Amino acid sequence: MMAPIAMLLQMSTVPDAEIMQHGPSLSIGNQFGPNFEKAMFGSMSFSGSNSGLTMFMNSLILGVGFAIGKIVISLCAAYAIVYFRLRLATLAFWLIFTTLLLPLEVRIVPSYEVTQKLGLLNTYTGLIVPLIASATATFFFRQFFMSVPDELVEAARIDGAGPVKFFIDILVPLSRTMIAAIFIIMFVYGWNQYLWPTMIVTDESKFTLVQGIKQITQGLEGNHIPEFGRSNLLAILAILPPVAIVIFFQGWFVKGLTESDK
Amino acid sequence: MKRAVFTTRWLPILLLLPQLSIIALFFYWPAFQALRSSFYLEDPFGFGSTFVGLENYLRLFRSDEYLKTAWFTVVFSVLVTFFSLAIALLLAVKADGVIRGAKTYRTLLMWVYAVAPPVAGFITLIVFNQRWGPLTEFFALFGWDFRVRLDYFDTAFAMIVASVWKQIPVNFIFFLSGLQSIPRAIREASMIDCKSGLRRFFTVTFPLLAPTGFFLLIINITYSLFDTFGMIDTILRNNVGDNPITLVYKVYLDGFRGQDIGGSSAQSVVLMVLVLILTLFQFRLVERRIHYS
Repeated sequence: MMAPIAMLLQMSTVPDAEIMQHGPSLSIGNQFGPNFEKAMFGSMSFSGSNSGLTMFMNSLILGVGFAIGKIVISLCAAYAIVYFRLRLATLAFWLIFTTLLLPLEVRIVPSYEVTQKLGLLNTYTGLIVPLIASATATFFFRQFFMSVPDELVEAARIDGAGPVKFFIDILVPLSRTMIAAIFIIMFVYGWNQYLWPTMIVTDESKFTLVQGIKQITQGLEGNHIPEFGRSNLLAILAILPPVAIVIFFQGWFVKGLTESDK
Repeated sequence: MKRAVFTTRWLPILLLLPQLSIIALFFYWPAFQALRSSFYLEDPFGFGSTFVGLENYLRLFRSDEYLKTAWFTVVFSVLVTFFSLAIALLLAVKADGVIRGAKTYRTLLMWVYAVAPPVAGFITLIVFNQRWGPLTEFFALFGWDFRVRLDYFDTAFAMIVASVWKQIPVNFIFFLSGLQSIPRAIREASMIDCKSGLRRFFTVTFPLLAPTGFFLLIINITYSLFDTFGMIDTILRNNVGDNPITLVYKVYLDGFRGQDIGGSSAQSVVLMVLVLILTLFQFRLVERRIHYS
């Protein structure tokens, strides 16, 4: 399972011409430094406006922005659904619930048109907000809030806390672990988005790493010597943050994944 | 349902507003648009559209190309689902057997989950490199001249291998946690009653894992339909030609590149119905599962 990564790394340490001839081997060369510099700071494209570093930053903005945005709106919505008796809440529940039925991939072309009409092409808002329009996190939180004992609300009430104070001072701190687990899952999901950024972003300075992969593989073709070193390092860079997070927080991650999907 | 609730009226509305407005704008509106334009034929140069009723749908089901894509999607989903479930189950049973190593096993596998599908496609292109790809060389030993992106079958094979590789960790995590939640007493009883490990697996462990398996079945079908897009797009790199593609890829190809909005919308609607059926099926299963426990 680890072999592909080791192979990509090895290939990035030897000169590209050698790779083109013989492919991956067991020897480690001395080209890692120059390749790394080219990958991080060299421009990727014709317009010259995106380097590995800018793509990395854009991926980070997408991953973190998506995770935080999703958690905030989901926490609020789940709180409203669980802790208030309101006819609207039931309707809202079903309206939100139905979004689980259709993934973005299915309604991709009309979603693009809507985003275009709103003038959100090539913006971070257009990149992040439409992705938030699904209910996954809301249901994790709803499930979790249902398991919080009722006595807490009563105790808070006796102490004179209103709904806002209860939410901010008691419920949110209580959900810390759940929030962390969802953050990890959503960050990985956001970072790894491909189809939506590909459609929404044409301005190369806003490309994400995952979106840039196709462009990166194009560097492996053509008449010149394919740039294996640089391409491989960019691919590793695209893998690194989500993989590091998943491995580092695997306990939380597994908890979030297996407990929430039921 | 909660017994203790607040009675403020305006607050819940305020809390629900952000999510509901995003959903209305970026979910209901596009979904409705897709349904609507599936009944229209849009002029590719933007000069209005004509109502054509079910024409777009009929055109789809008469198109050999669409039927070929649909057939490939079915074969692809079945194979990816089968192999990723089977291999994950095997690994989970092995990991469950070693008491101390389970966590190491999990770490070794799990990182693959976090690899983005396009990067999986990138890796596929490297390991199947025409000239020196390690897997190309391996298959050459058996006299198989592997040509990814040039040969229909070989490309499909590479896509399936990559998709299975990427999906194993998710299945593994679910199977492992399913296995570890089997009570000790049942395990010990089955140890006494049945000596053969294989038989014990099929008569005791497997039925107990079946609910997890059903749930994963749906997850895996959905994965192979939708989440493989990035991987396929990276492998094909703009030259679709005669290469295999899935239904979702065709929606993108016809709608976004081919500017056939009506046809693409009709395809979207067909997929929506498919997902709807899968989801309803899943809910039925989950419901039954709650009954059991």
